[in-house]
Amino acid sequence: MSKVFHKLLPMPVHSLMLLVVWLLLNGFSVGQLVLGLFLAWLIPFLTFPFADHQSKAGKPFKVLMYFLRLVKDIILSNIEVALRVLYRNRSLQPGIVAFPLSIRADFPLTVLASSVSLTPGTVSVEFSDDRCWLYIHVLHLKDEQQLISEIRQRYEQPLREIFSC
Amino acid sequence: MSDYLIAALLIVGGLFIFVGSLGLAKLPDFYTRLHAPTKATTLGIGAVLLASVAVTAARDGTLSIHEIVISLFLFITAPVSANMLAKAALHKKVPMCDNTRNQDLKAHMAHQKAPDSE
Repeated sequence: MSKVFHKLLPMPVHSLMLLVVWLLLNGFSVGQLVLGLFLAWLIPFLTFPFADHQSKAGKPFKVLMYFLRLVKDIILSNIEVALRVLYRNRSLQPGIVAFPLSIRADFPLTVLASSVSLTPGTVSVEFSDDRCWLYIHVLHLKDEQQLISEIRQRYEQPLREIFSC
Repeated sequence: MSDYLIAALLIVGGLFIFVGSLGLAKLPDFYTRLHAPTKATTLGIGAVLLASVAVTAARDGTLSIHEIVISLFLFITAPVSANMLAKAALHKKVPMCDNTRNQDLKAHMAHQKAPDSE
């Protein structure tokens, strides 16, 4: 029974998300609901064989906390970068930092790199091919060690707990 | 009352978008220029979208969700495009400005090697 269910609806969470986004974008009506339900079934059904199965996120409360912290950091970093842009170029001290990673799985690394790109004057540029280092370009680099430990405890540590890796 | 709120949000949003574009023009090299539009604009666009939510709420009394979906997509795509641009620049060996710290890491970075390797 559950096998049949799995065949018919291989990715229930994805289906639900597709349906919700479809209804949010198109407005709620019976027609849209039917069409949305059909697409929410069809798309995961067709794409499931191609999906690359990733580590699962657990602990919804921690995910929410992570998200809220990220939003707060984005707002603060925006203000900081805006001020930095308005200062003179000569006072700017850009730099590259190699961040030693302690997580290895693809999806958590993607989330970490995206978080780094979205926050305080940092853009993640490249991973080393052994997945041990993340290279980050920093708009204004004051203290390398401080930046590394900040990223470690603000983002990497919570991500390790969320993905339990 | 809601008019003032909407106006304030639009002004803040416009200000941040302006600073982002200014940074794109004035910062010293490609890599630092990457920072201004990916960051300053996320908050700017966020504020404009919030203003849009406030307008619909004040006019129709309903909560519009489109804007939240737009900002979600923006948050997902902005880091990816910044990362691709930075990678392309490294590949093309676009120079960094002279006072960049740890420039010796650039070659390791471009070849995806660990910083302590030869």
